[in-house]
Amino acid sequence: MKCVTCKGPAVIDIRRHNANFCVDHFFELCRRQVMKAIDDHSMIAKGEKVLVAVSGGKDSLAVWDLLLDLGYEADGLYIGLGIGEYSDTSGDHARAFATERGLTLLEVDVPGRFGYDIPSGSRAARRAPCSACGLSKRHLFDEAAIQGGYDVLVTGHNLDDEAAVLFGNTLHWQTDFLGRQHPVLPARDGFPRKVKPLVRLTERETAAYCVLRGIDYLVDECPMAAGNKHISYKLALNDIEKMSPGAKHSFYFGFLDRAAALFEPEAEADREELHPCASCGAPTTAETCAFCRLVDRAGGEVPHDDQPSAVPVVLGTTRAGAKQ
Amino acid sequence: MGVKVLLRNPRRELEIPGPITVVNLLAKLDLNREAVIVIQGDTLVAGDASLSDDDSIEIRPVISGGAE
Repeated sequence: MKCVTCKGPAVIDIRRHNANFCVDHFFELCRRQVMKAIDDHSMIAKGEKVLVAVSGGKDSLAVWDLLLDLGYEADGLYIGLGIGEYSDTSGDHARAFATERGLTLLEVDVPGRFGYDIPSGSRAARRAPCSACGLSKRHLFDEAAIQGGYDVLVTGHNLDDEAAVLFGNTLHWQTDFLGRQHPVLPARDGFPRKVKPLVRLTERETAAYCVLRGIDYLVDECPMAAGNKHISYKLALNDIEKMSPGAKHSFYFGFLDRAAALFEPEAEADREELHPCASCGAPTTAETCAFCRLVDRAGGEVPHDDQPSAVPVVLGTTRAGAKQ
Repeated sequence: MGVKVLLRNPRRELEIPGPITVVNLLAKLDLNREAVIVIQGDTLVAGDASLSDDDSIEIRPVISGGAE
């Protein structure tokens, strides 16, 4: 198997491109796909202050690495969710990545700051763990980006993530969600701009990128996510991709090109007026935002000490003594 | 004797008789090529590579993510 570009020995075959790549030309492909996503969707302008949400997994570390390689100045944000050993290990991977490269990493310790964790908090609040986790992360990402003065928040969502979300929204014809599914969410009413530069790369490609770049990411899956629908949609789409290479790309980018705009008026009409949450001040349509309600039901408390939840990690120290 | 194969999530080890290509090994284990990468040392192994009995590889799943 030879590299399509240089005819040297290939290390990966990508059937949707009908091509094989050596290490260097695979890196070039990844950089090109990320640059195209950023340019096509006006995600990040040169010189903007970028915050990358990092979990310690392959996608978030890959996107952080790729953005730095492309010349963007980007800090990281890690949210410690209190999912036992899984959170301990994921935090270690994020901190090690930042330490080795001399980067700035902010961290929110959810149990320490808000008094709940995802396993027990989701049970107490009677929410699915992935739902409580997603709600917590979205709120804390927004808050950290706004408080830190960042122009844009980057997440590591890849083509498989977006195709699986689209698949689920289409199966259930959730037209309001379909109207909001876009690789860029513009800044509005106290929310930062949110972008997904990996939408042109599959998760097989982000995993391969990490291995070949020597990025030590957390391989283990979150114990709370086992058996969820999102993963079952990914498995189904991979079965289709196996028979029809390029199907995931066509499904997602065909939607963006030909269908997404049809659903935008409904999503826009559903947008209610936002005002500050009575508890934390974040923008919300209710009196109290969904995050503050979750914290309350989970048995925690939103502190009112005017301190930012995301604080810089002093890298090179042990985990227990990392935060000052 | 065979190709030593490390699988993840859950972690387990198998031995598969070689020589065998990566593509055929994945088919034998009923694994979708779109959902895994095959690692040997610090690099990847392409689909048509032939593995022999003294080779050790890791087959790593790539699917991740919770539903928000």
